[in-house]
Amino acid sequence: MIIKIRRDSETLEEFEVLLEDNTLLEVLEHIKSTKDATLSYDHSCRSGVCGSCAVRVNSKEELACEYKLKDGDIVEPLKNIKIIRDLVVDNDDAQRFNQKSNAWLESYIKTDVSKEDEKQNELQSDCILCTSCYSACPVYEVNKEFLGPFALTRVWKYVADKREDDIKQKIELIQNNGIWDCTLCGECTIACPQGISPKDDIMMLRSKSGVKGYMDPNFSTMSFGGFDPNGGF
Amino acid sequence: MLDVLVVGSGAAGLRAGLSAKNSVSSVLIASKQFPTRSQTCMAQGGINAALSHSGEDSVEQHFKDTIKAGNDLANEDAVKKLTSNAKEAIEYLESIGVCFSRDENSKIAQRKLGGAYASRACYAQDFTGLKILHTLYDECNKQNIEFKNDYFLLDLLVENNRCFGAIFLDKKTGKVEEIKAKSVILATGGYSKIYGKYSTNSSSATGDALAIAYSNGAKLSDMEFVQFHPTALKNSSILISESARGSGGYLVNSKGERFTDELAPRDIVSRAIDDEIKKGEDIFLDIRHLGEEFIDEELPQERKLAKLYEKIDPVSELIPIKPSAHYTMGGLEVDENSMSSIEALFGVGECANHKVHGANRLGGNSLLELIVFGKEVGENACSFAKNSNLFDAQNVKENILQTIKTYTNEVDFYKEKEALAELFYKNVGISRDESSLNVVLLEISKMKENLPFMGVKDKSEVYNTNLIEFLEFMNILKLSELIVSSALKRKESRGAHFRSDYLSRDDINFQTHSIASLKGNSLNVEFKK
Repeated sequence: MIIKIRRDSETLEEFEVLLEDNTLLEVLEHIKSTKDATLSYDHSCRSGVCGSCAVRVNSKEELACEYKLKDGDIVEPLKNIKIIRDLVVDNDDAQRFNQKSNAWLESYIKTDVSKEDEKQNELQSDCILCTSCYSACPVYEVNKEFLGPFALTRVWKYVADKREDDIKQKIELIQNNGIWDCTLCGECTIACPQGISPKDDIMMLRSKSGVKGYMDPNFSTMSFGGFDPNGGF
Repeated sequence: MLDVLVVGSGAAGLRAGLSAKNSVSSVLIASKQFPTRSQTCMAQGGINAALSHSGEDSVEQHFKDTIKAGNDLANEDAVKKLTSNAKEAIEYLESIGVCFSRDENSKIAQRKLGGAYASRACYAQDFTGLKILHTLYDECNKQNIEFKNDYFLLDLLVENNRCFGAIFLDKKTGKVEEIKAKSVILATGGYSKIYGKYSTNSSSATGDALAIAYSNGAKLSDMEFVQFHPTALKNSSILISESARGSGGYLVNSKGERFTDELAPRDIVSRAIDDEIKKGEDIFLDIRHLGEEFIDEELPQERKLAKLYEKIDPVSELIPIKPSAHYTMGGLEVDENSMSSIEALFGVGECANHKVHGANRLGGNSLLELIVFGKEVGENACSFAKNSNLFDAQNVKENILQTIKTYTNEVDFYKEKEALAELFYKNVGISRDESSLNVVLLEISKMKENLPFMGVKDKSEVYNTNLIEFLEFMNILKLSELIVSSALKRKESRGAHFRSDYLSRDDINFQTHSIASLKGNSLNVEFKK
């Protein structure tokens, strides 16, 4: 079986391996310990919960520990993120965006949480911060200040939480370079290995923002014909 | 100079950092990985607290169960602290927003795990550790805690038995950095990965700080006690949570016969499985009768992993399993303030031995330990820092990276690492005896002699995982000698330590903790008086 690995922007390096029916991570470990000790990639739990081994296979985001390798597969690092070496990327932006958007419980109110309440953000709390959604996001690709999919999902997780007493600041912080910049293309939803849909969460945040009196800034600058006192400007 | 340096960013490290920060100190958390990659994210089953949400329970019963499962080796005062602070620990996690599963009465849902008298484990599907870890991480961001990610611990700064910081390799740049602090908390996790592919743990569980603390003169205790989890997937050693048995799953052999009480503590169940395997049986976990709806609701991760790694669907098929190294009860010997035998050096979590698990840990007690003792060690490290005289010394030791550069690279350390893991599973596993332990000891000394002929092929400064894996192997190798020597000296069977040549428990000689430490240049193991 042949596997091609992008090790820098110009080169795809080919490795031949005699393994069948293995995960990509197993194959990477095999290459590193027997063929090329310099091959660099991140990994830890090998069971899809630590989020460290996300890469792209044939241009789609995958966790190396959950992807079964096929002959001829092309493996590349995630997109839209600083590459440190080979398949290793810098996760520090993850922290920056979570922090920038106040992705935490601001003010706790003690209350009973029903099974139904729990379901409001159970899925969102499955996030493993693998950053696959940023790799897939076309908005983040052109705007590096865009808060991006997982940070907004995390904000929704706390906004939707019955125990959160203060959502005001969170909603305010996601108005610029946030929910309205998303094109709702849904690439993040396809990329997520945990089945989370940041796109849906962004839509929920939009409607919550609407209730709080915020408007789509694109909407207010649009001209819809008819009488316009500003003449369209 | 920092007040508190935390090494390790699993739940223990994050909780310790948050608690230290709360006492208005300058705090830094340095870790070899991004925080949410830590081992804690793999904890599935739950976190114990006698809340009686699902049937009657009490702190006393939790205490009794813990002492009993630990085969009377746990420290009663420490277990009292653990169990009586459990409710507060859950309230804390609830207050920062951990998304626990809920029951019909809108309370945190609780389920039964092995060795527990009641349904005591609070959980979040089978993602309990993941959700606790991520919520603690979010809380750290809220409190503006400083992180140094991808910092690999190379050494501790210690002079006259006083710790004043640590030395790290910044994986991203290859630069070596000294970080000085008035107190240092080690929270780097356990050492189960010595068992390599026979361990449920992440590849990072290599006991780095323990090996380094030992080399600097710290005492390590109960290193021989390694818990084997009964149900890891047969091919990959990936964990299938105890909650699968707690919810009514059966263990069956090739003939389809049940052969043990599935809800006994882990040491007993693992031994029963091991006995069957030795008879030539294959062992399976059967959860088919729990039904698809239940499995998808309570054990979604298990279903996915069984499909991926064993190519079977637990809804309609048996899950092939084997016991695998899961948790190390031993660790940094600490006093009631969580301080090690080196002044200003603290320990917490799986890395430390607070003696709450004794000879065998109860499922659901380790997440609890991280939160209860994490809070406390943060406070203790803070007050130590506040009351300590400023201690500053120059580091005079040669750093290990220079030494490794002289190694000749003739022997492949990846093969040695694998060989050590095989040897450990076979000879230092569920069942041990003197001659098989001595074989391992001999192999370890050969490997140690061979180290200068191993080394690192990758010469890059940037993110050199070949170098990191070699450093981890050196740490593993150092600890392996302590484990085997402690196991040799404990001539009895107790909990996870089962000696086929000393079948019974010997309370007169061994109802106490083994202490491993460096005397001169060699290892000394003795039992605590």
